[in-house]
Amino acid sequence: MNIHEYQAKELLDKFGVANTPGGVASTPEEAEKVARSLATNNLVVKAQVHAGGRGKGTFTNGLRGGVHLCKTANQVRDISEQMLGQTLVTHQTGPQGRVVRKVLVSKSVEIERELYLAILIDRAISAPVIVASTEGGVDIESVAAHNPEKIVRMAVDPLLGLLPYQTRKLAKLLGIESSEMRLACKLFASLYKLFLRCDCSMVEVNPLVVTKGGEILALDAKFNFDDNALFRHSEIVGYRDIEEEDPREVEASKSNLSYIGLDGDIACLVNGAGLAMATMDIIKHHGGDPANFLDVGGGATEQQVTEAFKILISDKRVKAILVNIFGGIMKCDIIAQGIINAVKSVNLPVPLVVRLEGTNVEAGRKLLAESGLPLIAATDIADAAQKVVAAAKAT
Amino acid sequence: MAILVNKHTRLLVQGITGKAGGFHARQCMEYGTNVVAGVTPARGGEMFDDKIPVFDTVLEARRQTGCNATMIFVPAEFAADSIMEAVDAGIEVVVCITEGIPVLDMMRVRAGMKGSPSRLIGPNCPGVITPGQCKIGIMPGYIHKPGKVGVVSRSGTLTYEAVWQLSSRGHGQSTCVGIGGDPINGTSHLDVVKMFNDDPDTEAIIMIGEIGGTDEEEAAAWIGIHCNKPVAAFIAGTTAPSGRRMGHAGAIVSGGKGTAAGKIEVLQTAGIEVATTPADMADALLRRLARG
Repeated sequence: MNIHEYQAKELLDKFGVANTPGGVASTPEEAEKVARSLATNNLVVKAQVHAGGRGKGTFTNGLRGGVHLCKTANQVRDISEQMLGQTLVTHQTGPQGRVVRKVLVSKSVEIERELYLAILIDRAISAPVIVASTEGGVDIESVAAHNPEKIVRMAVDPLLGLLPYQTRKLAKLLGIESSEMRLACKLFASLYKLFLRCDCSMVEVNPLVVTKGGEILALDAKFNFDDNALFRHSEIVGYRDIEEEDPREVEASKSNLSYIGLDGDIACLVNGAGLAMATMDIIKHHGGDPANFLDVGGGATEQQVTEAFKILISDKRVKAILVNIFGGIMKCDIIAQGIINAVKSVNLPVPLVVRLEGTNVEAGRKLLAESGLPLIAATDIADAAQKVVAAAKAT
Repeated sequence: MAILVNKHTRLLVQGITGKAGGFHARQCMEYGTNVVAGVTPARGGEMFDDKIPVFDTVLEARRQTGCNATMIFVPAEFAADSIMEAVDAGIEVVVCITEGIPVLDMMRVRAGMKGSPSRLIGPNCPGVITPGQCKIGIMPGYIHKPGKVGVVSRSGTLTYEAVWQLSSRGHGQSTCVGIGGDPINGTSHLDVVKMFNDDPDTEAIIMIGEIGGTDEEEAAAWIGIHCNKPVAAFIAGTTAPSGRRMGHAGAIVSGGKGTAAGKIEVLQTAGIEVATTPADMADALLRRLARG
């Protein structure tokens, strides 16, 4: 789950991670008010969208850049007016861009140095690892490609936690001066505490700045949360911005379906994530283009299956649908009944290929055969892929 | 002999009184697994299906029934605790079916299990089956046949697909191990491959992986040097977009790492026959066997 920058700042504040003063605004008037309250001539206005590359992005109304430095509260208001309600296109939003509904107005700082700091879980060692670099403010992946020696990795023992000496070691590795060491160590420790307490899967501060005044601040922070842990973080769930998500995925999550929208025209409904990925792969292999990933899971109810179907059918790009079910927990007669009900309730606009195998398969196949529905039965997974690709081409 | 489970396995079911736990306990019993006990805190003293005694704690179940394996069907919020309880009671094989356990919980479980002789399979896995002898998990028993091919996989239904293909071509399975789809789990591909390598009943191995992490690469490196048996593999997620979690918590390409293409290249370099599509998994093994 992702959150906005202004929400990330709230979390940083909550855990005492030093960052720049600022406030969020939904109207130009609010933005002006925040600017005045900051009592400074050095302001920055940042469009709030769940996508990177804002600085280099462009608004469809012509305004260049989703990040603007301002000198007065009036300028803040004017810039905000040009941003709010407008569409920002960055290299991460896709060509359709994102509508900006909020802006973050904060104090800009005089940067001495830009560093990089991230915390994530290293699966290979089953432990958190701190990734840091003196090359902040740029894409860390290009640093990894060109200057890998400038990236340090420090594992944290899950039982001991981040020890104070480790924060001092990290400060030294980042070239932080002795006079600023205490501030840096406090920031590292606070950020690590946030990472654990909020069940993050990743925290990335880029840039972490050393200001000309000797402060150490998180200028931008991106968080990623462990979806499996959200049940114990209602406050983070409260940060969810549905408008930043794919509407099909939002609909799917209401029925507890695991769905990811893609760009193709062959929809799939599969039980099991591995089989769902493999189904997308084999569709592509046979010349088709998957429209989505959808895992109905092991305990899917008839209602979930019906809802899944409706979501797939609602995507107008879809030219054919493949249902590929290998029943373990998932019983073939339940899925068959779900398919039948879904098709009957939504009117099948495109060809449907169904491949069933597994628990109660005979009962499932019988239900489908006797349903009177115009569906295409497939035997194995290759047959299913070939049939659905052919059906999509013919549509 | 097979690995991990056989006809001597005495199975405990943690969460037996729940809907999923009860259903699958019955399915395992129907298959022939020797289910000897159930545990649900506060339900001790009950009898499951008039056959299986239910206990409050794993330790009691262990002492009273000598159970040596457990199948965990406890909700995600409490599952890590259930794993540690089983480990603490000395249960040798702990199979955790539960999906949705927080990653940090599993990180702590692994740290807590250091030095323990217990083997954890999963979580978020379909289980382990030695066909004809013992099934611990949710897989459909009927597709499996006793034989000589060892199967290790991160997936559930994709594994059944492979097993179905193998059985249809007359190649039975020694043991099938689902290690699960989570980023931090109890047993890796390599752990199982090593067991298969040492198992006299296993003559060939199929490895099924997917995007995310470095499990498959780690196994490939070892296989290339040490494995005495032919290995075939399939990696799901060639078409997965990067940065998205594809259903499984561990199925994600992060920062360009963990791609299917990357894994396939490492596997092929190690002499492993990689299936081009999921329809090709058993055939890939047959090609590898034909190579000699």
